[in-house]
Amino acid sequence: MQALAVERGAAVRTESAIEVKDLRKSYGKVEVLKGINLQVERGKLLALLGPNGAGKTTTIRILATLLRPDSGTVRVFGHDVVQEADAVRRRVSLTGQFASVDDELTGIENLVMIARLLGYSWKQAKVRARELLEAFDLVEATDRLVKNYSGGMRRRLDIAASIVVSPDILFLDEPTSGLDPRSRRQVWDIVRALLAAGTTVVLTTQYLEEADQLADRIVIIDHGTIIADGTIGELKLSVGSGTVRVRLRDPQQRPEAERIVAETLGVSVHLESDPSALSAQVTDPEQVGTTLTNLSRAGIVVTDFSLGQPSLDEVFLALTGQPADGEANEEIAQ
Amino acid sequence: MTTIQPSLSKPVNGTKLQAALTTQSRPSRPSAFAASITFAWRALLKIKHVPFQLFDVTMFPIMMTLMFTFLFGGALAGSVGEYVQFLIPGILVMTVSMISMYTALGLNTDITKGIFDRFRSLPFWRPAVLVGALLGDMVRYTLAALVVIVLGLILGFRPAGGVMGVVLALALLLFFAFSLSWIWTMLGLLIPTQESVMMVSSMASFPLTFASNIFVDPQTMPSWLQVVVSINPVTHVVTAVRGFMHGTITSGEIMAALIASVVLIAIFAPLTMYFFRNKNTR
Repeated sequence: MQALAVERGAAVRTESAIEVKDLRKSYGKVEVLKGINLQVERGKLLALLGPNGAGKTTTIRILATLLRPDSGTVRVFGHDVVQEADAVRRRVSLTGQFASVDDELTGIENLVMIARLLGYSWKQAKVRARELLEAFDLVEATDRLVKNYSGGMRRRLDIAASIVVSPDILFLDEPTSGLDPRSRRQVWDIVRALLAAGTTVVLTTQYLEEADQLADRIVIIDHGTIIADGTIGELKLSVGSGTVRVRLRDPQQRPEAERIVAETLGVSVHLESDPSALSAQVTDPEQVGTTLTNLSRAGIVVTDFSLGQPSLDEVFLALTGQPADGEANEEIAQ
Repeated sequence: MTTIQPSLSKPVNGTKLQAALTTQSRPSRPSAFAASITFAWRALLKIKHVPFQLFDVTMFPIMMTLMFTFLFGGALAGSVGEYVQFLIPGILVMTVSMISMYTALGLNTDITKGIFDRFRSLPFWRPAVLVGALLGDMVRYTLAALVVIVLGLILGFRPAGGVMGVVLALALLLFFAFSLSWIWTMLGLLIPTQESVMMVSSMASFPLTFASNIFVDPQTMPSWLQVVVSINPVTHVVTAVRGFMHGTITSGEIMAALIASVVLIAIFAPLTMYFFRNKNTR
């Protein structure tokens, strides 16, 4: 990343990789982005968190020069995404929500094609393609048509295609949605490796856990506005550190369990639709163990007990007072 | 879920990944030619992987040639043998013109997929996407043309222009198909669904092929129709293809066909590129 600093005199004054000021975008009468302000530091990962229709994909597509903003300024490494789109394109890469690889070609053909379009000779393109297939654990699938790939393989190929020439910024639009846990972890490993190599990453996700795992900073978007912006630590301070979920062997004991949990944690308890389950927000994690002890002292048999990340819904509940409601607006952006 | 890191998860190859990420210098932007050739290569790979898509370029010409030869042959020229001499060059142009419609269909399917986002975010010469696809289609057109010619020879078509005449006729026809494809490509960009692309293209291609000199001598037509026929680019191409094949070509005929093709490109290529650039960037 040091080399970047000398590359372009004036453009590099800015410390940030991305600067967004009062970004607005509408589709017809639907206002999708209502004044977004963002800043992403170099070499860091920013997670855009929000439900469907919040404006995540629209934001990321504008950053990657695929959509034009209606108003506001968007600068990537000091270059305006509208005025200097080509300069931005040379530095960024996007992995879209819908796999941006060619189904009807094989894995290697896809990578060779992208490498060619970036300016490699046929020979260099093949060498680079093989190198990437190896790095992304896709060697066995080299000559298989992509339409026969699993979701995880396709996603990996997609990311591989995005880094044929290592970009300075990589945009990942919901990189793990629809993936099984193992594939999801593989994608996370890849993202961590990218960060270790100095790449700036912006990803969108609907999962707080994913943001927690990877992000240096989290921005929560809802209905086209930013409702929270901070580190995961700061965010947890405002929404509580997590949720305790308890499942009882005997549903009859739920009222008593509810009373014990409420007393121990000092919060109100949520009765789940499952008649033997209940949950509660935790502010002080130290009380969690005591809760379990108190339940067993009262003779209540617990079959399942977990302390989990607050779900996106709970985050929204804490921040806005109402649960997240996904809309179809985001689909228009496709 | 966060606590378990099962070893069954075969992690991505860490060291290899690091190595792959070590930034090599970015190669310089590909030339327009290199990018176009890459897209032509892509089109050919698709034929290789799904050979069935050649069905249309083989069956359609056979059907057209047989149908029109035997349907009109007796009535129009007195005998099939004589009509074939007149019809084969025309049916050749018609077949290739109609097959060129599929370019639009292919493009329309392509654009709706995520891969197009990837293309649009790469800094290469934009028209390459279309030019390359059209170049790839040349293979399909050539194949269709060969089917018609071979079938024609079997039916008694005897080109007086010889092999050279046929080859030149083919070259001209391919150039025309390339020019014509820009119309379909533009439609493919403007029209939202595949079905409507198909409908509009068919609607456009019928007058283009029938209101021409493919089937009958325009002398037999009412004068207003003769005017339409004489401004139809297909007519000029058919005349030139006939001229080459029968060995009676004049430089005026060649010029007329070339001008017709160049005019198509001059009008529709810039329009298509304009719509292509603005696609989805609203």
